Amino acid sequence: MAEASPYAADALIPHTVEPHPVTGIPNGKLGIWLFLASEVMLFGALFSTYVVIRTTAPHWPPEGGLSSEILNVPLATVNTAVLITSSITMVLSWASLKMQNLPRFRLWLGSTIALAFVFLVIKYFEYTHKFELGHYPSHDNFYAVYFTLTGLHGVHVIGGIIVNTFLLTAGSRMWATEPERFTNRIENAGLYWHFVELVWIFLFPSLYLL
Amino acid sequence: MTAPTTHGATTHAGGNEHSHDQDHGHEHAHGHELPFWRKYIFSVDHKMIGLQYGLTALVFLLVGFSLMMLMRWQLAYPGRPLGWVGKLLGENAMPGGVMAPEFYNQLGAMHGTIMVFMGIVPLAVGAFGNYVVPLQIGAPDMAFPRLNMASYWAFLPGGLLMIYSFFMPGGAAQSGWTNYPPLSVLTQVPGQTMWLFAMVLLITSSLLGSINFIVTIVQLRAKGLGFWRLPFFVHAQFVTSFLLLLAFPPLEAAAVLQLMDRLAGTSFFLPTGLVVSGEQLKVAGGGSPLLWQHLFWFLAHPEVYVLILPAMGIVAEVIANNTRKPLWGYRLLVYSVIFLGFMSFVVWAHHMFMTGMGTTMSTFFQTTTMIISIPSVIILTCFLMSLYGGAIRFTTPMLFATAFLPMFAIGGLTGLPLGLTASDIYLHDTFYVIGHFHYVVAPGTIFALFAGIYYWYPKATGKQMDPTLGKIHFWLSFLCMNGIFMPMFFQGMAGLSRRLYDPTIYAHGRAIQSLNVVISWSAWGLFLAQLPFIWNFFSSLARARAVENPWSATTLEWAAPSPPTHGNFPTPPVVYREPYEYSVPGQTSDFHPQFAGEA
Repeated sequence: MAEASPYAADALIPHTVEPHPVTGIPNGKLGIWLFLASEVMLFGALFSTYVVIRTTAPHWPPEGGLSSEILNVPLATVNTAVLITSSITMVLSWASLKMQNLPRFRLWLGSTIALAFVFLVIKYFEYTHKFELGHYPSHDNFYAVYFTLTGLHGVHVIGGIIVNTFLLTAGSRMWATEPERFTNRIENAGLYWHFVELVWIFLFPSLYLL
Repeated sequence: MTAPTTHGATTHAGGNEHSHDQDHGHEHAHGHELPFWRKYIFSVDHKMIGLQYGLTALVFLLVGFSLMMLMRWQLAYPGRPLGWVGKLLGENAMPGGVMAPEFYNQLGAMHGTIMVFMGIVPLAVGAFGNYVVPLQIGAPDMAFPRLNMASYWAFLPGGLLMIYSFFMPGGAAQSGWTNYPPLSVLTQVPGQTMWLFAMVLLITSSLLGSINFIVTIVQLRAKGLGFWRLPFFVHAQFVTSFLLLLAFPPLEAAAVLQLMDRLAGTSFFLPTGLVVSGEQLKVAGGGSPLLWQHLFWFLAHPEVYVLILPAMGIVAEVIANNTRKPLWGYRLLVYSVIFLGFMSFVVWAHHMFMTGMGTTMSTFFQTTTMIISIPSVIILTCFLMSLYGGAIRFTTPMLFATAFLPMFAIGGLTGLPLGLTASDIYLHDTFYVIGHFHYVVAPGTIFALFAGIYYWYPKATGKQMDPTLGKIHFWLSFLCMNGIFMPMFFQGMAGLSRRLYDPTIYAHGRAIQSLNVVISWSAWGLFLAQLPFIWNFFSSLARARAVENPWSATTLEWAAPSPPTHGNFPTPPVVYREPYEYSVPGQTSDFHPQFAGEA
């Protein structure tokens, strides 16, 4: 493997697979947790922006009424269920690898990707309905916050789809050579995916319900 | 596996040693087969990536400096045509050879952006961090080599797009490097949008880099290299990485919000009822311009420490090596740098005393600002105490490192009146502020970076840089730097505003205009002072090979060959002692390397 790969540097690096005796985890897992820490700061800044803009507005939503009347709560509820289910299938795909069951892994990871697509399709219908009513992000700050926060979350969902699709297809060749490392990769992708789901768990009530 | 040592360091070697050696041998034979574009362009080797970062950042530093030299012409001789240079820059920028005010604003905004985000951070963190940290901790490479490559290849397009924005219709961003709305949102030039896009790329690069540094320092330390045996430079890079990791995302969020304001017509930063040129703006409103300032400075204040901490790390290495004694107060330094890192997150609004955010807020941030000066003073004091009683060798890196001490001290102490609300009301947005932070960053950080270049050049090339040219470079730079920034304090105290296109429109500006002439000639002199450096940097490659470990240094990077081959160390190094064991009583030589076993 080392000769074939132009990135043979990997082969020299300790703790790509076996955990570091002090931290108890391999490099990749520490890396993904640090990445998630920076993601918390990113969404933290966006939520803070939302708080500042909302608390300084004389009325919220500015055009009157209630958030739950403007946004489609039933569709968002379905979407919440879809994302939670996809988190479960993500864990199951990891567990299948732990049990050395590659076909089962493919099934569960494929389901995760499919559910992510379902989420985006529902989101698409929500967005286009708003556009039909002429409610673009420029309409007022309620829509600005709604589109920006859910839009950035949507970008993260797309990122998850790309990573998971790679791991399902070309990336899964690693299972034959380094099964433990591949299993760890699925775990790390899962950590990211749970984070994306968690962001939605905050977005749903604070945008649609409050 | 051996049991953990008392220092908390453990071995990864043990069971792996054999496989490492095998892989290394493999890689060695294979290293020669790497095609050119793998070895020099899309390299995954931390040393090549470090050099890529370093050379790119040095070019960007020169570009940023050139913008400033142009501005200095307008400031010294307002409205006077600039001969062939004016013709070269075209009629839009310099109609009739005289600088247009819009072009002046572009130069100002881009000078700051280029110097901070494309010059100093990539040089201090991207170049020195990448090249030196894995060597100093005895690692074969960074933890994620491909991520490392991706980080450089996010940085380079970001930097090039930033430069490209000058050639877009209407030119580059021109609302200051801070890009305060509403001005920045309402500016029609596409260069402002490009600034935001390029910033997102530069931020992404820093985020990827910082994750890599933290994981590398935590996971890849050599056997025996515990927390209290790390060189101070590694500690500084470690804290810096946390600052980058946690402070940059809010600016990324702010850049996205400003892009929304500019492209989608939202009003995140536009208040209700904003009147521009006598007409009320047709936007939804309800936003807050102050929100941008909070998000921007939440990054940009920790950013100040991103600029200064690696510099302090370099100075520590050079001082210990050239005084031939251990750093004074090593643990105190480490505690201070960690405390500095924490505190840097709670001082940001001292940039905003004049915004009317309220006295309670001002009092809080004034207090935290006074507190953060304490660890900075401790660090400087430790360096000063390290000099005491040392057998100092005034090598070129040592000249720059010793000059760093008073320069950083001037920069730091002049910051105190800005951190106190009462005196800040008068000094805010004057040339005093420019003088203050440039003393920290230019003769402070940049001098430390020069020290680093002279100090680690033999590591990267196997050759020593010419000491005579180095001394000429140092003394001329030292003179010119002070010629530039010292008069700015007087200009500021005389009330001269920092963003004036023509300082002579005010009587108080005309009275001190002669200072601007002194400053400008010093700036152009500073450029001439860099010529010996540039010549030295390239011509020294042709010099005879230096001895291994030419500085008689104790830290781990000198256990590797110069330049280190792929994988860095022929065999995984083992660390036996603390980093600065110089002049140990009872030893035959005056240095006792970390990697030398007991005789």
